[in-house]
Amino acid sequence: MQSQDSTADGAQADDAAGTADTGGAVVHLNDVRFGYTATPVVEDISFSIDAGEYVAVVGPNGSGKSTLMQLLLGLLEPDSGTARLFGEPATAFDDGTRIGYVAQQASASKDMPITVREVVKMGRFPHVGFGRLSEGDWRAVDQALETVGMTAFADRRITQLSGGQRQRAFIARALAGEAELLVLDEPTVGVDTESVDAFYDLLASLNAGGITVLLIEHDLGAVTEHAQRVICLNREVYFDGPTDEFTDSEALARAFGAGMTTGAD
Amino acid sequence: MTVDILAVLTVLAGMLPADVASSVVLAEASPAAAPLAVGGAVSDALLVVLEAWYWLLRQLYGVTGFDVINPDYTFMYRALLVGLCIGVIAPLIGTFLVHRQLALIGDALAHTAFAGVAVGLFLNGVFEFGISPYLTAVVVAIIAALLIELISEVTDAYNDVSMAIVLSTGFALGTVLISLNAGGLAVGINQYLFGNLSTVSAENAIIMLVLFGIIVGVVGLTRNQLLYVTFDETAAEVAGLPVDWYNRLMVMLTALVVVGAMQIMGVILVAAMLVVPVAGATQVSRSFSESLLVAIVLAELAVLLGIGLAYYGGATAGGVIVLVAVGIYVCTVVVGKVQTAMETERTPDVDTITSD
Repeated sequence: MQSQDSTADGAQADDAAGTADTGGAVVHLNDVRFGYTATPVVEDISFSIDAGEYVAVVGPNGSGKSTLMQLLLGLLEPDSGTARLFGEPATAFDDGTRIGYVAQQASASKDMPITVREVVKMGRFPHVGFGRLSEGDWRAVDQALETVGMTAFADRRITQLSGGQRQRAFIARALAGEAELLVLDEPTVGVDTESVDAFYDLLASLNAGGITVLLIEHDLGAVTEHAQRVICLNREVYFDGPTDEFTDSEALARAFGAGMTTGAD
Repeated sequence: MTVDILAVLTVLAGMLPADVASSVVLAEASPAAAPLAVGGAVSDALLVVLEAWYWLLRQLYGVTGFDVINPDYTFMYRALLVGLCIGVIAPLIGTFLVHRQLALIGDALAHTAFAGVAVGLFLNGVFEFGISPYLTAVVVAIIAALLIELISEVTDAYNDVSMAIVLSTGFALGTVLISLNAGGLAVGINQYLFGNLSTVSAENAIIMLVLFGIIVGVVGLTRNQLLYVTFDETAAEVAGLPVDWYNRLMVMLTALVVVGAMQIMGVILVAAMLVVPVAGATQVSRSFSESLLVAIVLAELAVLLGIGLAYYGGATAGGVIVLVAVGIYVCTVVVGKVQTAMETERTPDVDTITSD
């Protein structure tokens, strides 16, 4: 684990040459500021995430969590500061095989006829380019379906699944792509409680297997129960450290307002 | 003619992502002298295809005796060929559009393609160029497609206002140009507005074959990427796909389909073929690949039945095809409801799953 203080000083200068030493960090943000208008949505953001960590970014609604996620994935360019993925500038990073992304819900129309297997197959697309899936690719798809316990549902239309099952399918897509970093944006919104628990168990076991997990969450209870490290955000970073320290810290009240508890106890 | 077709190829390929373009169209066409030769060869080869098609239908007439394929009416042979091509390319592209909630983009592009037709007629009338209005329609529709895409990129969303503006501008431009040009009026604008089986010339049939080849080839090559971008644009971007380029590709292919299908369907009704068979397939298909196949089958059914009914009933083919397609759609809605009811009975406990 790496705290905010230990991020590399002077990384900005190095970034200009594209050779910054980010110490093998999977994600590295240095003094990032971004706003859609003149008012920044996020500012003074600096942290690193090392391989194998299980990190949760939490914050109230409108705190800039989703913007931060887009910045660190290279979907947005910082107004100032630098964002790096696997040591490369995030906006230039194009090795889609290393990142798995699970959104709150897919942006496609809800009645699109597509099976779970077809969704999971997409995880192999960055590997095959314009070609066809090989036997090895299909094995990876089957393996991913098995890992998330969705083999029996492989030929179901994805719209027929419950919210929890659908999110498992999206995780399987990331696994099929052999992602090293799994980024999840409030993945359990609209998912029933029982499925949520099973979902977090799955994330924990994937993390134990070596996959770096970055969870963007509004649900503090889920975060404090499962993540090893919490980054608390409300435009800027209020807290960055081990989860158990977060629950006792003043950052919680400062970021979310007085009287807020994690609900984990 | 050959040069014109090649110009279309060049325009399209020049706007594709570099990696796609290099492997699709222009691989052989880069040396300066080569385009003419390649264009001529392509045109000759397609004429052979057309002759083979005539021969096939003459044999079929010998067996079946259907009057619709009477050898005295070879214009019907060409109309059927163009119709069959529409039955493949319209639902092929329409499937990606419908699932991105872009069903109306076809309509917008068809109306701007009308402006392209008017430009062609205008140029022919004033400068005696002798260019096919369908080719100017391709160029104008592609420009309009890119304009819509550009607006969507700048505003970060496809919006119906921008589409309505492009649609109206295109149609207004078309009517103004045609009214300015007496020669254009003399040609008979109805064939472009409503489509016409009897005006499908050999040249137009060849244009359609070229468009068919480009569309099927490009979709075949980029099917994975188009599916990913259609289903989950953000995840596709995270996966390293140049999403903007694929969106541009998609709207350009739509422009090509619209112009190709306009010959029979007409400007007013062409968008229906992008949407209605796909909507029907969505009702009864379980997987994406199945829905593509079903949409093509439904579209072909509508085209063949529609052309047949139009021929024997003396009605406008475009209108009849769309009515048949809508009739088929209603049937698929019923079948889909029955399917869903049966599946629900079979799988009462679909929500239960345990973690390994």
